[in-house]
Amino acid sequence: MGKTFLKPNSLSDNHTHYCPGCKEAAHGRAPAMATGIKRVRPDLNVFTYQGDGDLASIGMSEIIHSANRGEKFTTIFVNNAVYGMTGGQMAPTTMPNQKTTTSPFGRDVKDVGMPIKMANLLAALQTPGYIERTTVLKPKYIVKAKKAIKKAFIYQMEKKCFSFVEVVSTCPTNWGMTPQDSIKWAEDTLLPYYELGVFKDTPKMEEKNAK
Amino acid sequence: MAKVLMKGNEAIGEAAIRAGCLNYFAYPITPQSEVAEYLAKRMPEVGGMFLQGESEVAVGYMLFGASACGERVFTTSSSPGISLMSEAISYIAAAQCPVVFVNIMRGGPGLGGILPSQADYSQSVKGGGHGDYKLLVMAPASVQEAVEMVTEAFVLAEKYRNPVMILGDGLIGQMMEPVEFPEKVAAKPSDKSEWATTGMDTRKSDKRNLVKTLFLDPEELNRHNLMLKEKYKKMEAEEVRYSTYNTDGDYKAVIASYGTMSRVCKTAIDMLKKEGIEVCMIRPQTLFPFPEVAIRKAVEKKSCKLAISIEMNMGQMVEDIQRSVSGIVPVKWYGKCGGEIPTPEETAEAVKKYLNNEE
Amino acid sequence: MQSEVMFAGFGGQGILLSGKILAQTAMDQGFEVAWVPSYGPEMRGGTAYCTVVISDEPIGSPIIKNPAHLVAMNRPSLEKFAGIVKPKGVILINASLIPIRSGRDDIDELIVQTTEIASEIGNIRAANIVALASFIARSRIVDFDIFRECVKKEFSKKPKLIPLNMKAVDKGKLAANFDV
Ligand SMILES: Cc1ncc(C[n+]2csc(CCOP(=O)(O)OP(=O)(O)O)c2C)c(N)n1
Ligand SMILES: [Mg+2]
Repeated sequence: MGKTFLKPNSLSDNHTHYCPGCKEAAHGRAPAMATGIKRVRPDLNVFTYQGDGDLASIGMSEIIHSANRGEKFTTIFVNNAVYGMTGGQMAPTTMPNQKTTTSPFGRDVKDVGMPIKMANLLAALQTPGYIERTTVLKPKYIVKAKKAIKKAFIYQMEKKCFSFVEVVSTCPTNWGMTPQDSIKWAEDTLLPYYELGVFKDTPKMEEKNAK
Repeated sequence: MAKVLMKGNEAIGEAAIRAGCLNYFAYPITPQSEVAEYLAKRMPEVGGMFLQGESEVAVGYMLFGASACGERVFTTSSSPGISLMSEAISYIAAAQCPVVFVNIMRGGPGLGGILPSQADYSQSVKGGGHGDYKLLVMAPASVQEAVEMVTEAFVLAEKYRNPVMILGDGLIGQMMEPVEFPEKVAAKPSDKSEWATTGMDTRKSDKRNLVKTLFLDPEELNRHNLMLKEKYKKMEAEEVRYSTYNTDGDYKAVIASYGTMSRVCKTAIDMLKKEGIEVCMIRPQTLFPFPEVAIRKAVEKKSCKLAISIEMNMGQMVEDIQRSVSGIVPVKWYGKCGGEIPTPEETAEAVKKYLNNEE
Repeated sequence: MQSEVMFAGFGGQGILLSGKILAQTAMDQGFEVAWVPSYGPEMRGGTAYCTVVISDEPIGSPIIKNPAHLVAMNRPSLEKFAGIVKPKGVILINASLIPIRSGRDDIDELIVQTTEIASEIGNIRAANIVALASFIARSRIVDFDIFRECVKKEFSKKPKLIPLNMKAVDKGKLAANFDV
């Protein structure tokens, strides 16, 4: 039988422990730290990998300003509608009526507002160049997500713009669901609200206009 | 009331409600998120308010705003979160607002770990935020004591119009122990009409209250700081709390230790006693004001050769002990700072080593 | 007198709950107790353990280097903790998941097929209660009748689960007596 999957060359064998909320930079501050890196070493490829609590709650200010300055790094935003690492508290992306440990009766939008659509919000800024929302719920989506992430990095390497890819994901443990159920719930509940697609692709538009 | 078996974090939430505090702002962080999870359910039952802020920075100012209106309010967090609140804490102390903070400490610096630690001693006792201010800092050693301190914290905060910090380690938050909540609850709200900004309709006189921290006139700022200093002096005179253990005999060393670590020390002292080695302990229950006099008196005993600070940090209390003993005996330190709590066996061994070196 | 029990296994095996029920029982019986968990992200899926300290005097250190007893629900826990149990203690081995033994001859080894017993009575999720009942019956660390009441109390919000758990308590006790 032939090999169908190989580990990419870019991955080393190091054992990693991922805490998207807080690895390396303090919770929410990754875009500021990435700015610091990119400003002194523009030749390096820099990306931030942030959760929804991290990016849309405590780190809202950092992401907006980095995007608005057009910092030439890439942000991968993993939106699972909950604080995963800390055990399932409500996030700014938690859906209306969704139960979490700090919204035990369901998210009450009259009290805390509607979930924040980060890709849409950032796309309202003029400067950021590439913003797309993807998901990895099923293979058909994964192919698109992969393309989006690749594009985001190419734009960075070409020093074109700030690039942002939101990835709608599941969190079976903290949603209290089996992995299968959580995929279904995400498709039925998250995707209609967090619509997939390209929100902004300035480099592509400019290319078109130039022609 | 009958005893109930409760996790420290939940007991802290319940104690605040019983102390008449129905306002709670917080942001999730291990190892104290259970307080918010408990109060998310419990506050609606008692007509109280809980809001999860977007960050600890925001929470700090939510507390400031609520307290400036004269309402009882509190928060809970853990080390990195308290760092983010430190700016607001400085403002709250300057504006003399009686907010209660609970820090269920984890290891640092930086992101550190999530396991028990006492690494925020200096942050709480010496400052944390900018400027000349002090927090009244209490360190519980059991779930029961955490409940009692939360209850008292609201009274002291209002008595002094000063923020109070309850400094617990991760174990105090995570451990379950039997607790008995005080029968009589909710201290009567103090009269805040003299200072709180409560709005036109509730104002008793024409006097307008202003909660502020900006004093551009140097003389006025100096006066303000002197007034704060007087307040801290009064706390030092009236609010020092500590307990003692095995102080009767001819002990060779005085241990100073607080929180969970002090319980380990207690067991270590019992172990040493079985080997014929007498050691005593002074356990500060308030870290500011510090039980300076008690420690000094303890080391003045003829048999005493040493003072040892035993803490889950790199010796942050040592300076305060040195100040207390003013050179009468040397001051040593033992502890760990990675989240692992030293065992009684290790602690006893460390004390023995120091004593052998002295002889 | 002070005694300590360590419960260890995978997250999701009901380790923390077993410890809590033991602590509650001891408290109801008038003892001082402390329940000390492991906590953090490792609890999700990884190993979970907790220690219950029971004493007739106020408890000093809740941090225990050598517990008096061990309830091991999976193999890594037995391998990791069998060596630290004090002599004469009970080590309960969940034989449904653990093919090995403690390798100690100075302790009382109690072997229980918790999953099989739990599935006989209708739900494998009761395996932790089977183990706890067995352990209490053998070690006599707390009064068995008070323990029975505590299990009832624990499930009072889900009364449907009470008959199942009562069966688990009885079968567990039986298992402790069979294995001599
Ligand atoms: C200042 C500060 N506050 C709180 C925390 C605790 N914390 C760690 S990760 C995290 C958020 C986790 O949620 P999210 O960003 O959505 O990531 P997920 O785990 O869901 O992927 C929080 C609140 C922290 N590390 N630092
Ligand atoms: Mg998340």
